[in-house]
Amino acid sequence: MKYKESDGIVIGLEVHVQLNKLNSKLFCGCSPRYHDAEPNTHTCPVCLGLPGALPVLNEDAIVNIIKVALALNCKIEKQTLFYRKNYYYPDLPKGFQISQYDYPIAIGGKIKVNGMGGERHIRIKRVHMEEDPARLVHKGPIESSRYSLIDYNRSGMALIEVVTEPDLRSPKEAREFLNALRNILEYLDVFDDSLDGALRVDANISLAGGARIEVKNISSYKGVEKALLFEIVRQKNLARRGIKITQETRHYDEKRGVTTSLRTKEEEHDYRYFPEPDLVPLGVCNRIDEIRGSLPELPDIRRQRFVQQYEISDYHAKVITSELRLADFFETVASEVDNPLLSATWIADVLKGELNYRGLDITAFPPKHMIQILQMLRSKKITEKSAVQIIRTILDEGGAPPEIVKRKGLLKIEENIIASAVAEVIKENPAAVQDFRNGKNEALHFLMGQVMKKTHGRADPNIVNKLLREKLQCT
Amino acid sequence: MNVSEARKRAEDESTEEVVMSLFDNIEKSELNAFITLAKENALKEARRVDRDGAKGALRGIPIALKDCISTKGIETTCGSKILKGYVPPYDAHVVERLRAEGAIIIGKTNMDEFAMGTSTETSHFGPVKNPYDLSRVAGGSSGGSAAAVAGEGVPIALGSDTGGSVRCPASFCGIVGLKPTYGLVSRYGLIAYANSLEQIGPFACNVEDVALLLDVIAGYDPRDSTSMDKKCEYTKELRDDVSDVKIGVPKEFFGEGIDEGVEKAVWDGIKILEDMGASYTDISLPHTRYSLAAYYIIAMSEASSNLARFDGLRYGLRLEKDEDWHTTFSEIRACGFGEEVKRRVLLGTYALSAGYYGKYYLKALKVRTLVKRDFDAALKDVDVLITPTMPFPAFKIGEKTDDPLALYLADVNTVPINLAGVPSISVPCGFVRDLPIGMQIIGRHFDEGRILRTAYTFEQRSGVSC
Repeated sequence: MKYKESDGIVIGLEVHVQLNKLNSKLFCGCSPRYHDAEPNTHTCPVCLGLPGALPVLNEDAIVNIIKVALALNCKIEKQTLFYRKNYYYPDLPKGFQISQYDYPIAIGGKIKVNGMGGERHIRIKRVHMEEDPARLVHKGPIESSRYSLIDYNRSGMALIEVVTEPDLRSPKEAREFLNALRNILEYLDVFDDSLDGALRVDANISLAGGARIEVKNISSYKGVEKALLFEIVRQKNLARRGIKITQETRHYDEKRGVTTSLRTKEEEHDYRYFPEPDLVPLGVCNRIDEIRGSLPELPDIRRQRFVQQYEISDYHAKVITSELRLADFFETVASEVDNPLLSATWIADVLKGELNYRGLDITAFPPKHMIQILQMLRSKKITEKSAVQIIRTILDEGGAPPEIVKRKGLLKIEENIIASAVAEVIKENPAAVQDFRNGKNEALHFLMGQVMKKTHGRADPNIVNKLLREKLQCT
Repeated sequence: MNVSEARKRAEDESTEEVVMSLFDNIEKSELNAFITLAKENALKEARRVDRDGAKGALRGIPIALKDCISTKGIETTCGSKILKGYVPPYDAHVVERLRAEGAIIIGKTNMDEFAMGTSTETSHFGPVKNPYDLSRVAGGSSGGSAAAVAGEGVPIALGSDTGGSVRCPASFCGIVGLKPTYGLVSRYGLIAYANSLEQIGPFACNVEDVALLLDVIAGYDPRDSTSMDKKCEYTKELRDDVSDVKIGVPKEFFGEGIDEGVEKAVWDGIKILEDMGASYTDISLPHTRYSLAAYYIIAMSEASSNLARFDGLRYGLRLEKDEDWHTTFSEIRACGFGEEVKRRVLLGTYALSAGYYGKYYLKALKVRTLVKRDFDAALKDVDVLITPTMPFPAFKIGEKTDDPLALYLADVNTVPINLAGVPSISVPCGFVRDLPIGMQIIGRHFDEGRILRTAYTFEQRSGVSC
């Protein structure tokens, strides 16, 4: 255990989510679909920050951020303002970033998270909108690269920043928070998290008695947990040696899994925020009800509905709703197979496990295959073992269930064939038969195994058990 | 040469002749009005007009543009060394409009570096000289555009006015210049000095041509979020009649530092309008005396941020050696910006800094609100306000360069108008010591029609024009 409750860990996150599903960037008409494009091909005077170019706010981006804010239970501000955040950096073509400061889009929300000691509410301090800077590209590692190249394709992309209160108590909880947030964003259909740079996190962490350390540039869910763990160990080691932790900003090196000092408190920027004069104050009141009405069913509500409507366990409902496509998959299957409990078990426990093992997601498995498999199971045409085999075959080799059943001879065999196999096994294993009769129950398991072997696993274990007991008792 | 003279000459001779004669004037001139000439393209365009004819309200009319207005394919420097070599890949909204209406762009005019000045003396390309007296300034910051119209025969020109930069040179050079209502003309493509204050504005020899040019450049542009759909047909407003106009004369604009000759000429102008049937009352704009301080804080603060993009990385000045990023961009800015620009960037940076923001920037915004209220209240009772444009006629080149504060004081009558966002026109109203002076007519938001009509009537009766 690298940390414990008494360490007094306090964590707050700033999560940047790129709205990469919009039709254009935040302040210009350039396409946000640059991820496979040549560098500097998705640019215009506005996102290049050319002299004289002016920003025009993307309405859809505002609709999306209001959706997110509402889903995070935030209060939407009556009037919102954009500010200039002034600092010099080569990835910032205007020498300032258009962001928000006072009067962000929304404040004061919360998310439910599986935290230390059960379910906890993590408070959201604010949700605001800003533009993404360009991307710096280096030849090799940044430290040894002789130059930087700048790709402005990313410049001006719409970013949502979600800022939490310092409510998180462990790196694991931070990870859980991100999972919950990602889940909500996925349901809202506002971003594609498979794309590079879709989600970036800055984390603030302090230990009891120490100052707050900000770790910047974490670009993966796992990275957040790792960076925070690294910080805890680093800060505890310093404390042990009697070195006082002072406020600083650190950079996370994803490759090496370490944080390095970027600047101390004295070197902090003065961003000289002031209202962006090229944009006008934005009132969104008249749109909130309409946007609220357009919100999809969110993960938490869907989970509760699954428990009520399908009478499946809360655990299964949670696993299934943790991914939008998995939940849709379940509902498709459940509408065809008249046993939601069976569907839930097979999807959440078996299929999900097989997918995870192979690093695949649910799109690798068509729902109609699951429907066929479960229907065959329901009508006792195949055994559970065969069902697992079919799932594995589909994932590893492809194919459809009926064809696999035929090819691999997986149809369950008739009772009379099982009966003759039972008779044979009893005849061939007198010692085990004697053991069973002497009260050794394990002997029955051995005999069952022998019957299954003879029938190549296609016999229904319940029938094998029943026939074996009958035979053993009457002879 | 005004627009109708240019048209007549094009009919009698050819458009090419008109354009050619202008280049002759410019090349012979000592005024230093231009930074870049677009001679080849302009002549090509003129010959095309002669051959194929042209359409549009400004067909075949040559125009000069202040060098802070982006022109596709023509170098645009803002009067600064740091933008040397920068050729915009796009046209400003007003340039698109001009091209669509058939105007011929002849070149880019000299200006105070990034429009920071009242005399065009801060230009990297040297000061513009006054056509009436070569030892004097042409005013600023759009000094080149005004001098080109007043002294080189260019019929129309565009400038930009952040705190008086159209009206001041119009006054000093004896021509007409208009600062439109904030939001009437799109700023898309105007290289920003102080975004919340500035507008692109027309220059011409007479009110009619200013109205004609305003007809072309005004109108809503979705690319400028502060642009409004409030356009009228200004040329149709030009009647020789002010019998319905109530004039307000704000006493604060005739205060300390105003040249007696200027004051008298403006009062004579008001008298002419009175004789024409306008009524006048003395009024007060009590917060005027705080305007100058508020203006400079807001303008410098915005400028400090606007000019941050000039780092030499993507365009403009490049030094021979490349060091690390911070060293390189610091050196480029140290070498590329002039003294006045550095002064304003530093002051603006200071005013926005943590701990000073409330004391300076926020306070300036509050003053701005009060100034705006003054104007709104005054313009409820009267239709237009009349004041001297500048406190004095053109001063000597170099006379005020050692005393920036004295120079800032010259803007005392023009900056309140930008703070309030209202429109204002400067029309020639006479001469003091053989130097032209201007009368400023201020109107309600988007009431350009009325100030143009008042100016037009005055121009008809006063007999003063260039």
